[in-house]
Amino acid sequence: MNPETMTFNEWLPVIFIGIMGLAVLIYAVLDGYDLGVGILLPMQTQDELQRDTMIASIGPFWDANETWLVLAIGILLIAFPAALSQIMFSLYIPVAIMLIGLILRGVAFDFRAKAAVDHKLTWDRVFKSGSLLTTLSQGYMLGQYVMGFESGWQAQMFSLLSALGVTAAYSYIGAAWLVMKTERDLQKRAVQWTRKAGRATLLGVLAVSLINPLVNPGVFDRWFTYPLVMFVLLIPTLTFAGFVVNDRLLKRLPKENDRHCRVPFFLTVGIFLLCFSGLAFSFFPEIVPGELNIWQAASAPESLKFIFVGAAIVVPLILAYTAFSYYVFWGKATELKYH
Amino acid sequence: MLDTLMLSRIQFAANISFHILFPAITIALAWILFYFKLRHDQTDNPIWMRAYRFWVKVFALNFALGVVSGITMSFQFGTNWPGYMETVGNIAGPLLGYEVLTAFFLEATFLGIMLFGINKVPSKVHTFSAFVVAVGTMLSTFWILALNSWMHTPAGFEMRDGVAHVTSWMEVIFNPSFPYRFAHMLIASGLTGAFFVAGLSAYRILKGDHKKAPRLTLKTGLVIAAVLAPIQAYVGDLHGLNTLKHQPQKIAAMEGVWETERGAPLLLFAIPDEEERTNHFEIGIPKLASLILTHDADGEIVGLNEFEGDHPPVKPVFFGFRLMVAMGLLMIAVAWTGCYFLRRRGELPQWLLKVVVGMTFSGWVATLAGWYVTEIGRQPWLVTGVLTTADAVTPLAAGNVGFSLAMYLTIYVILLWAYIHTLRVMARKAVEVEEFETTTPQKEGTITNLPGATQEGQA
Repeated sequence: MNPETMTFNEWLPVIFIGIMGLAVLIYAVLDGYDLGVGILLPMQTQDELQRDTMIASIGPFWDANETWLVLAIGILLIAFPAALSQIMFSLYIPVAIMLIGLILRGVAFDFRAKAAVDHKLTWDRVFKSGSLLTTLSQGYMLGQYVMGFESGWQAQMFSLLSALGVTAAYSYIGAAWLVMKTERDLQKRAVQWTRKAGRATLLGVLAVSLINPLVNPGVFDRWFTYPLVMFVLLIPTLTFAGFVVNDRLLKRLPKENDRHCRVPFFLTVGIFLLCFSGLAFSFFPEIVPGELNIWQAASAPESLKFIFVGAAIVVPLILAYTAFSYYVFWGKATELKYH
Repeated sequence: MLDTLMLSRIQFAANISFHILFPAITIALAWILFYFKLRHDQTDNPIWMRAYRFWVKVFALNFALGVVSGITMSFQFGTNWPGYMETVGNIAGPLLGYEVLTAFFLEATFLGIMLFGINKVPSKVHTFSAFVVAVGTMLSTFWILALNSWMHTPAGFEMRDGVAHVTSWMEVIFNPSFPYRFAHMLIASGLTGAFFVAGLSAYRILKGDHKKAPRLTLKTGLVIAAVLAPIQAYVGDLHGLNTLKHQPQKIAAMEGVWETERGAPLLLFAIPDEEERTNHFEIGIPKLASLILTHDADGEIVGLNEFEGDHPPVKPVFFGFRLMVAMGLLMIAVAWTGCYFLRRRGELPQWLLKVVVGMTFSGWVATLAGWYVTEIGRQPWLVTGVLTTADAVTPLAAGNVGFSLAMYLTIYVILLWAYIHTLRVMARKAVEVEEFETTTPQKEGTITNLPGATQEGQA
């Protein structure tokens, strides 16, 4: 498609893949940190207060965070139904497992605060394992997507690696969130968690970045075509720099007056953004790699226009009141109490 | 051995049945909470605040279960019913999209403020958040029922190459059965919420709670139920007439009418037999079905035999309908008896409290029975006249669907048990201590005019 001769109807799928990309990215960042907090939950008896604080730090947000997943899948459903059918057919079991994980952690969150005291630890365990189940299955699905839904053992190995990588990345952003939202001992612990998770994530990102172009010839050509290569190599360079800077900074945290406590989180958000751009650059405009592009998979223009009008009005509003909610709960999480 | 179609249908039914339990409560409870908060803002009476504080926690629990089971729903179309999206995705997609965009984010974000922000925002903003959450739940109902109604009575579209294309969004959204179904569901939720509130409050009183808050909420629940139950009977009747016009085979199954007849009786009981295409053990009131449905004692009702091969399975529709109506009548009786005692004596006798506790989840029974009638009544169609259920199902192997179904069912049984258990724990806790942390806002000074500590024991 040539951008200069494209009609509005041909632009619509591009706009919608943009909105969907935005939803997926926001989901990965927002639900990423609360899933990460769930994974990091320390399970010793003496950790109960820290668990309370950690969960309090995500309390007001997790509902809305998960809604971005519903929006992403909703847009896939609305704009690219043919792609959704193919992807869901290939990922039926991992999707079901992810949903079970999401159900478990969502309800555990509420049950733990309300159940009889002796059941609280059980629900905390459910919360942690539900979070882990969710991130592992999401990572596995990402791996399968990159491998074009192959079922051979190489693809399975890669998907398992991706499952670990995504879990590490969510732990990374979750730990960085805790550095920002907590104080004292828990914050010190969170700094250590962030460093470890950051290194694990770096390994994961390196592995995926190396294997992806090697197994997908199309991806290789795209990345290593002169003169574009000079420009796009900025993405991995900046990502690597982000990891290193964050690691150096974390070594010196927490500082006096809690200076720079928010930097790791926003650096991690930056890393997420870069990794996401890299993936998007590898595949756009294909939506099912090697099978369907966004124009082949798109719905009828009149339906896309109808939802586009709504999205243009409502998405900015959603972003606005989401920002308002973060403004209301700005600051350290120790003050947060359930009701 | 069940095939992929049957397993997928059972899975969809299981997921949506489990899901609807919680929105059925929260749609109404959101407005009840807004009412409590508003009354507190207006009167400064702390009892309203105590009522609010207990019920907002119950609300949060219900809402969380609704959210997570709703996420499962949003994946169902893609995982098990690819034919649905491929054929009518141009209509279903945008309607679902508008639900997510206008309702889900609104509810989830403002619920965060409603639950955790009471000390962080001014009281007015907090009340406003409760209002926004209530509006959000209704918007969500609006969009999903627009889509569901369209599947029953499709309008405003044309078929091009086997795919539905929209010709008028107004006709799609406000399709013939939508206004009736929307009203019927909102009131159903009102009744479910009202009996839920009344039941749990009665449980607290029975467990020896002497405080005023549960009595106030018991009264609120019973009054809402007493007002809504008869309205629901009327709206249900209108909905039935609408169905008769657009889906006569569903009505024939509901009434158990096989041969087209004039002066059809209203069957109180019967056992429909699809093999022999007749009913056994009929007990009925002569001519009443014709009178209700056509407003003429000798009116004609078209029988199932006119639709042979193209009508729903009769038994579940027939019995589901009777169960729903019986529940509705029981609701009217209990709510009115309760209001009578409240007016005459100011409180309920022990036996009636027990009955009200027994009715806690009566709304669930009626709502599910009603949904089964209307959804099974649509079979064999997924979208009436456009797409059959069998044509929409995934080509996946039955084993995969069986695996996911088994997982969901296990989780749902555990969660339902945990949910009811937790409600009991919460109610008992509230009997012993006052809705906890009622003192915090005083220190913060954001919730004004709460009474001093000396009045604490009285309320």
